Amino acid sequence: MKAIGIILAGGNNDGRLGVLTSHRASAALPIGSCYRAIDFTLSNMSSSGIGKAAVLTQYNSRSLRDHLMSSKWWDFGRKQGGLFVFTPYTSSDGGDWFRGTADSIYQNMTYLLKSNEEYVVITSGDSIYKMDYRQVLQHHVEKGADITVVYQRLEHKDLSYYGIMEMDENQRLLRFEEKPQVAQTNTASLGIYVISRKLLIELLQTIVPQGGYSLVKDIIIRFLHDLKIYGYEFNGYWSSISTGIADYFATNMDFLKKEVRDIFVNDYPYIETKPKDEPPAKYNAGAEVSDCIVGNGTIFNGKAEHSVIFRKVYTGEDSVVRNAILMEGVTIGKGCVIENAILDKDVYISDGQQVIGKSQQEPVILKKGTRL
Amino acid sequence: MRKKEMIAMLLAGGQGSRLGVLTRKVAKPAVTYGGRYRIIDFPLSNCINSGVDTVGVLTQYQPLRLNQHIGIGIPWDLDKKNGGVTILAPHVKKGDAGDWFMGTANAIYQNIDFIDSNDPEYVLILSGDHIYKMDYSKMLRHHKEKNAAATIAVLEVPMEEAGRFGIMNTEEDDRIYQFEEKPKNPKSNLASMGIYIFTWSRLREALLEDNEVHVDSDFGKHIIPKMLEEGQTLYAYRFKGYWKDVGTIESYWESNMELIKALPEFNLYEDFWKIYTNNDHQPPQYTAPGAVVKESLISDGSEIYGEVHHSILGPQVVVEKGAVVRDSIIMGGTVVGAESVIDRCIIDEDCCIGKRIHMGIGENIPNETKPNIYDSGITVLGVKTTVPDDITIGKNCVIYGTTKPEDYENQKLESGKTVIREG
Repeated sequence: MKAIGIILAGGNNDGRLGVLTSHRASAALPIGSCYRAIDFTLSNMSSSGIGKAAVLTQYNSRSLRDHLMSSKWWDFGRKQGGLFVFTPYTSSDGGDWFRGTADSIYQNMTYLLKSNEEYVVITSGDSIYKMDYRQVLQHHVEKGADITVVYQRLEHKDLSYYGIMEMDENQRLLRFEEKPQVAQTNTASLGIYVISRKLLIELLQTIVPQGGYSLVKDIIIRFLHDLKIYGYEFNGYWSSISTGIADYFATNMDFLKKEVRDIFVNDYPYIETKPKDEPPAKYNAGAEVSDCIVGNGTIFNGKAEHSVIFRKVYTGEDSVVRNAILMEGVTIGKGCVIENAILDKDVYISDGQQVIGKSQQEPVILKKGTRL
Repeated sequence: MRKKEMIAMLLAGGQGSRLGVLTRKVAKPAVTYGGRYRIIDFPLSNCINSGVDTVGVLTQYQPLRLNQHIGIGIPWDLDKKNGGVTILAPHVKKGDAGDWFMGTANAIYQNIDFIDSNDPEYVLILSGDHIYKMDYSKMLRHHKEKNAAATIAVLEVPMEEAGRFGIMNTEEDDRIYQFEEKPKNPKSNLASMGIYIFTWSRLREALLEDNEVHVDSDFGKHIIPKMLEEGQTLYAYRFKGYWKDVGTIESYWESNMELIKALPEFNLYEDFWKIYTNNDHQPPQYTAPGAVVKESLISDGSEIYGEVHHSILGPQVVVEKGAVVRDSIIMGGTVVGAESVIDRCIIDEDCCIGKRIHMGIGENIPNETKPNIYDSGITVLGVKTTVPDDITIGKNCVIYGTTKPEDYENQKLESGKTVIREG
């Protein structure tokens, strides 16, 4: 593919996920028993034939760096291209935090200047979807677009977190409203853009020195009429997990649906992640498991229903886990009840404790490493 | 020129014929174990965990699956610039002449050039047949302390079983004075585990000399007795821990089932000394509403809608609604159709079991064609076998290939019968 990738994984989305993102970037959020959010975008890039990609990260970048330490799991361990991880830096010219999406790319301009691929695919790092960017690029070329913005008609979502688009019958963008209080349509930008590398360089060199730091505000909205900006409709499964706890919870629970597992788990190309080499999940005599996805290395002695169980979880005898997300390394003692809850990594619940949240929309959340 | 203190040579060319149809398409080291592993994962992981980062894998019988599995060694961190894993296959040498590997030592003899290119002090000889965790660096320390020409890892077995093994007769300080293969009246209970460390200069000499005498040069039969005869210093190294030769259908089945125990003797769930395998795609496994799973190991990507009791399932296995799997090993990619009952069976990878099949019921009659292989009541299906709907299958049966309804008289396969369909 004649494109390079840029993954905007800088933020934690204003802390909308509370303690889940207090120590990690939202792109590093665990999801679906064994993945991290960024696995989806990285796998999409790799299986779309993008051989060179950059992850721009700022907020607690360590969590992402750990995960991306070796890029070979996504097939980026190459002489040509490969995976770049950029964080803010200082040099003799001074240094700044990334002041926005456009600024974060501008500060790493060398990446663009030293590439020779014709196009750039820009995405966020915390959306859950499977997409062949080659189709977006083909659409981009056919339309003769300067910029292509991928959109979806979102149902049952709080649209105030999204960029809302209005287009003409040719999908040419007419209006773009960032996070409107009252949305005019449900046509939402998915934060996935295709643009030619030369044009991107040119635009960034124009706007950033003038104090324009945002891709959406200072490029899409500002040049709406001067540039040919087109939409590309994506109809497949798409979910953003960083818009709130309820969305994060629901997206995890979506993996209990066969049609969602078919997309991500069963059908090629697969979503790849860093392998952890755990043994198979073990169901002991007291296990009663129903409607759960389970990661390797987990040991069941108790009951689990309608839950997302990550790797290396342990549940004790006579314990009940219901409608919950148990992340890697969680230990549940004997006779516990865990319901409507998210237990972050390495949470330890001693025998007989109860952790019960109000509902799926308002689950109780225990921070990483909590011991009860 | 690079120099390695010790490199490993892993003998992975054997068929393992006592595993019957399970090794029809793959060499024994490539047979799956414990759900998501293959037997060769254990010695390979032991190597990297012991700090042995140069491994030659000798292949001969059905090497395709093994080659694909090992690749360039990424899962074991054996994709190294200096060292790593190298597959060594029989090859043509001078002129047009070339030989198969004729014996264990002959296979090493034919790869002297590979070993020399690493210029090692010591060579570790392993086989791809056993399930165990072992720190070879401790064994090497022992070898160096004793200043031995060869060190042989041994396991203390019950005296009454010693006659089934190669037995090392030793002095008080564990120096070996005699090796006896399956002795009638064993003098010791130290059984050879088929793991040797040789000082390379000594082994090289012995290989060259023995090649003049035996074309099928073998470590147990020729090299060890020869070195003992010459009065070289050979020591036994006592290993304590789990070690299993999964050489027969029954021992393979039993060793797998031992993993299911609440506290298994062989624990795969420790962080220390991990076993690695080539399965980078490790998606979650799903257990549906109404499913029952008890005393079982279920691997990544499997989907359970029916019942699984006391069984081991590999990756991407589907157990459809109403199906019951009991006391069985189901390997990766196999689908068990709705309302089928599988009792005490081993089903190889990528099989397609139809609906309403009853498998493993009836009298325990040994297999008619190979009674010495299939006599433990276990019915075995080879890789990529298809069984049509509504069939009843007995015990000690063997099925391989795409079978059709007409292969089963009255929709039945009696205990001890075999159906092989090539194609």
